[in-house]
Amino acid sequence: MHKSLSIDPGKCTGCLQCELACSLDNEGMFNPSKSRIKIFNFEDKGRFVPYTCTQCAEAWCLEACPTHAITIDRATGAKVVSDALCVGCKVCTIACPFGTINFNQDTGKVVKCDLCEGDPECAKACPTEAITYVDADWTGLEKMRASAGSADAAAQA
Amino acid sequence: MAWAGKMLRVNLTEGTCKSEPLNMEWAHAYLGQRGLATKYLTEEIDPKVDPLSPENKMIMTTGPLTGTCASTAGRYSVVTKGALTGAIACSNSGGYFGNEMKNAGWDQIIFEGKSPKPVYLYIENDKAELLDASAHWGTSVWDTEEGIKHNHGDPQIRVASIGVSGEQGVKYACVVNDMHRAAGRSGVGTVMGSKNLKAVAIRGTLGVSVKDPKRFVQATNDGKKVLADNAVTGQGLPAMGTQVLMNVINETGALPTRNHRDNQFESANDIGAEAMAKVRETDGKANLITNAACFGCTIACGRISQIDRTHFSVAERPQYHKASGGLEYEAAWALGAATGVGDLEALTFANFVCNEQGIDPITFGATLGAAMELFEDGVLTEEQTGMSLKFGDAKALCEMALLTGKGEGFGAELGLGSKLLTEKYGRPELSMGVKGQEFPAYDGRGIQGIGLAYATSNRGACHLRGYTIASEVFGIPVKTDPLDSDGKPALVKAFQDATAAVDSSGLCVFTTFAWTLEDFAPQIDAACEGDWTAERLLEIGERIWNLERNFNNAAGFTAADDNLPERLLKDAAKTGPSEGKVNELSKMLPEYYELRGWSHAGVPTNETLSRLGL
Repeated sequence: MHKSLSIDPGKCTGCLQCELACSLDNEGMFNPSKSRIKIFNFEDKGRFVPYTCTQCAEAWCLEACPTHAITIDRATGAKVVSDALCVGCKVCTIACPFGTINFNQDTGKVVKCDLCEGDPECAKACPTEAITYVDADWTGLEKMRASAGSADAAAQA
Repeated sequence: MAWAGKMLRVNLTEGTCKSEPLNMEWAHAYLGQRGLATKYLTEEIDPKVDPLSPENKMIMTTGPLTGTCASTAGRYSVVTKGALTGAIACSNSGGYFGNEMKNAGWDQIIFEGKSPKPVYLYIENDKAELLDASAHWGTSVWDTEEGIKHNHGDPQIRVASIGVSGEQGVKYACVVNDMHRAAGRSGVGTVMGSKNLKAVAIRGTLGVSVKDPKRFVQATNDGKKVLADNAVTGQGLPAMGTQVLMNVINETGALPTRNHRDNQFESANDIGAEAMAKVRETDGKANLITNAACFGCTIACGRISQIDRTHFSVAERPQYHKASGGLEYEAAWALGAATGVGDLEALTFANFVCNEQGIDPITFGATLGAAMELFEDGVLTEEQTGMSLKFGDAKALCEMALLTGKGEGFGAELGLGSKLLTEKYGRPELSMGVKGQEFPAYDGRGIQGIGLAYATSNRGACHLRGYTIASEVFGIPVKTDPLDSDGKPALVKAFQDATAAVDSSGLCVFTTFAWTLEDFAPQIDAACEGDWTAERLLEIGERIWNLERNFNNAAGFTAADDNLPERLLKDAAKTGPSEGKVNELSKMLPEYYELRGWSHAGVPTNETLSRLGL
């Protein structure tokens, strides 16, 4: 059974601990500019929104790659880039509708979230549970639970 | 490791930017940020220099933990000789700018001289250059930040800038980064403006390393757990922000009101945390939109607010309808209680304007409070001020914030700060501050220790140099009686020394609601070369305190400047638990000097200096 990253922007405070954890795991240093997950600050609305690859079932990045450098990690379902095969052509960055696979100038390869082999550092680092790692079939479970609670409260009133 | 190991020296007169290795011997003796930059400043400038002359220098500085995953590790400071005080100034800010400087590979930036024309410094990792800022001169912090990002076509640049106030010489201009985080006090933005430096814009992508990443992650996780489990840092501050203090301090009888005429504010409940969260009748929304964190912070005390669009302050000003940095306690107190204004939306508007134009809301509100007292006493007239300035007038607050932000009309006089303003009108006793800097939001009559902390603060009256409120009101680390001055000299010294070390690490002083130096030490030790213990950090803090004191003494300050206004020493608090109390400074100060190892004249003895390696 696979798990998915579940993101709740309402809980995000914009602290960037997820970006720090992601970059430490992948780059060996604290470097938010190299993070695979990114927090967007919609200043005018007072909203902070974490965003990263959602690991599409039909992954356009994978389909578009001419060197077959993107494969599926059977254990986690993550779409994973092989640095040995990636030639840095960036076709995947065009194919991805969400912008969550990006080129890294330092290495000449593309980078994306690989779910940290099933133990995502971003979710572990998040202090407010804005990012959680949950049953892939039930990413809506907590939202459903909250809705069920308020529906029940209304019924009881 | 932890320190980038290099700093940038920008000579604005010559227009040059040069990289220099960081003096690592000093880094080990002063840690970083406040301590290290103060060491550089005091080595490089004459203490008697005019703060606004090209001979003064200004240092933007990070700590060794800035940019790491330690909680709150996004801080930077601006260190200079303060325009408001003429004393050592060190103003600390959060947001994301400090991390960007560190990620670009710089521990600090020293600015010297004065540019012949307005410029901004643009840094992209190793590359640093001074660029023409004539298009931004005369514009607000908000427009400057957006304009510079637009110039470079890069929304990920982080910017610290001054507003029109800093250009116009308002004595308490801030350096504002990320739209609403500020190195706020002592006029560090005024110094920046005097150098014709409008902004510093940075894009950093090099990363920050630590000595032992595995041990560092463990140590910082331990620290984060302590913060999460603590009632103040885990619940109170995230939910209510610093505004949780408003009712608490009012009930203590220590909420200075109407320029310290009173010590309790009848409208406190209308301007605190509870009021911000309350749904408004007018538009069905609350003033508070959400809480927000600075870089790396797992506390998230920041407030994001939106003003009621029907409120008089913004009805005709749609540019203020967006959400932005909301009220924190000190600002709400200064803009509200100190002026007697109990209108939350007006306070939020004035706070937005302070951020937009880069003025310190504490000094602005306190100065307006002093002007209101001058007005009520008939010393100032409507002819001079342009409008009625009675205590409690929300319209006056909003109008004066706009004028002061631009240094226009009577705002130019308010821009002098309360000391010069009250001297100008022959009533210097009405300036509520120390060493030229106005008090923050706690009354030294109702909370004895904080009075001593104000009197002895090296940057003028300040709560962040020794937050004894933690002990005297909240019982952290131990409860002391706020009305009792016994034992306060030792308490003040302990807080002052520990805080100097915390400030120098790159972390936020708010962590100390939950952490002692025993919690800091393992994090610093895992990040920095060398062996770091709580004892060593405390010694560094004391060294920094004495270094700052030496600078002030050399600048011309004496024991006579470690004083409080007569109002706090002679006019007893009128109401509440502190009724009848004055501050017992004369009892506490000699003991404080003795504990510090200073002479009766407030000068560190040779023995003290040699003990601290000064």
